[in-house]
Amino acid sequence: MTEKYNMPDVRGHFGPYGGLFVAETLIPPIQELNAAYQQYLHDPEFIAELDADLQHYVGRPSPLYYAERWSRELGGAQIYLKREDLNHTGSHKINNTVGQALLAKRMGKTRIIAETGAGQHGVATATVAARLGLECVVYMGAVDVARQSLNVYRMKLLGATVVAVESGSKTLKDALNEALRDWVTNVDNTFYIIGTVAGPHPYPAMVRDFQAIIGREAKQQCLAQAGRLPDALVACVGGGSNAIGLFYPFIDDESVKLIGVEAAGDGIETGRHSAPLCAGKPGVLHGNRTYLMADEDGEIIETHSISAGLDYPGVGPEHAWLKDTGRAQYVNITDTEALEGFHALTRMEGIIPALESAHAMAYTMKLAPTMRKDEIIIVNLSGRGDKDMQTMAKREGIEL
Amino acid sequence: MSRLAATFAELEKTGRKALIPFITAGDPQPDFTVPMMHAMVEAGVNVIELGVPFSDPMADGPVIQRASERALDHKMSLRKTLAIAAEFRKTNQTTPVVLMGYLNPIEAMGYEAFANAAQAADIDGVLTVDLPPEEAEECTALLKARGIDPIFLLAPNSTDERIEKMDALGSGYLYYVSLKGVTGAGHLNTADVEQKLLQIKAHTKLPVGIGFGVKDAVTAKTLATLGDGVVVGSALISKIEANLDNPERAKNEICELLSSMRLAMDSEGA
Repeated sequence: MTEKYNMPDVRGHFGPYGGLFVAETLIPPIQELNAAYQQYLHDPEFIAELDADLQHYVGRPSPLYYAERWSRELGGAQIYLKREDLNHTGSHKINNTVGQALLAKRMGKTRIIAETGAGQHGVATATVAARLGLECVVYMGAVDVARQSLNVYRMKLLGATVVAVESGSKTLKDALNEALRDWVTNVDNTFYIIGTVAGPHPYPAMVRDFQAIIGREAKQQCLAQAGRLPDALVACVGGGSNAIGLFYPFIDDESVKLIGVEAAGDGIETGRHSAPLCAGKPGVLHGNRTYLMADEDGEIIETHSISAGLDYPGVGPEHAWLKDTGRAQYVNITDTEALEGFHALTRMEGIIPALESAHAMAYTMKLAPTMRKDEIIIVNLSGRGDKDMQTMAKREGIEL
Repeated sequence: MSRLAATFAELEKTGRKALIPFITAGDPQPDFTVPMMHAMVEAGVNVIELGVPFSDPMADGPVIQRASERALDHKMSLRKTLAIAAEFRKTNQTTPVVLMGYLNPIEAMGYEAFANAAQAADIDGVLTVDLPPEEAEECTALLKARGIDPIFLLAPNSTDERIEKMDALGSGYLYYVSLKGVTGAGHLNTADVEQKLLQIKAHTKLPVGIGFGVKDAVTAKTLATLGDGVVVGSALISKIEANLDNPERAKNEICELLSSMRLAMDSEGA
């Protein structure tokens, strides 16, 4: 890459991906949001307030932790974990909700809505809404409400209304549909905090910019601790916000491999998975063009993953672009492999990862032994596993 | 002149307004749709909007969502919707048919293949809910080259600039979404619609159809006086949903409702 990476273009396109595919009623609020975002992106006062919140409320910077024992055990590259699990509310999602909530406040919006899969983004949204005293409604697929009941309870404690979405496959994509329907009905007072790097422009770029703190910190920390840049970055990809957050500040560092890990569910060959980049094709859903899981008629098909946060048929358009250009590569990990990653990190380092992050851990277990001992992998530990205790116990036949 | 332009020109001559029903192709079952379309023409409709079922109908309320789900349960698709339109056209050469749906089925088929297939099925207009002018250039050009009208939406919050954009890019008619919300919502305010139509009419010569939230003959009549046509969808599909065990009764109730709307729209006074 000779030119500096500079995506998306002014219309929100990452090559053929991204863009603005929404019904007319949403055009004005999206234009309003884009104008506010462009204004505050470079506003020193806004940035200072955001930085202060990230430091004192979220708890940044998050550590870059050298997993020495696990690295030795795997016998290859040295593994560093970017500890987003240590953020307030337990995942990287809060980096973005703090940013968007500050925007909402400046735009004079009094009501916040969000969609959530695993509930991490819902909790992170309910949290910032509580802090700012804003009304908050979170849409969550009925299937996810059942499998992530702990997070549902947290959201309710924080004062949010959680709406269980009964349409379609009753998972994250349907929660997004319902949030869009709410937004179209309440455009005047409502700010929609999208939790991932998907949706109509400017969301993919805006959420990336709020999450890029992960990669900026990781780069500095790696230089300070190891004296050089990493050789590979590994992150799980559902919508892809934690992955883009880590990758983005490294895109121009050609020596650094970027590896996104999708959820293969029961296995790509079974069709029961959530891996659009590995096994889907381009299409348009939820406001942007990207890789999707759809049938030959263009109907979106149901996805499967043990982790609710990865159970989504689309992916952020920037990942689609990074895949096509070859700058990033995308691999996949099955439910079973993810569980191995979950247990390995828990037992080797005393850190219980979220099932989403466990996919990145599982791929790291494959990758590290193929690399030299003087090479470095940074893995994004995007969230902690507390929310998954019920899923894990159930899977292992244990009554809690 | 396109079939849509001819229809609106003819209505204008006689001082009438277009009655435009929306039904989802293949709901509640594939063989229901063609006879339903013919029956609606007999009940006095002028243009038919034929919904292409989609798995994720983001702009639709629960009634049309469930219509999509029922149709998809019967493996309805864009391809089969086109076949239904072609079948209807065999015995009706005058009533315009507008496809209404979402972009992904068209993306999956490919824009050019879709434009060709729509032309072959003698489709008159295409309204794609999630394809605003910003992204519509390529698809619109392909449709126009084949004499198919691209129909665009206008909303209560559309600015003068947006209206002019739709006027330039769209043809056939413009579809005014009469409320902020999803299809079938219940909070239609006719005073607001009246105000907005004045603004829209100042920026376009295209006919304007008004839809979303039209439930009965009274509303249809009121809206007809404000624009050039009235679109009714959820109220019809509710009849299908209420008579899933008896599609013939659904058909009759739909025709009764449409006839009452036709009568009200054509009558003088309030």
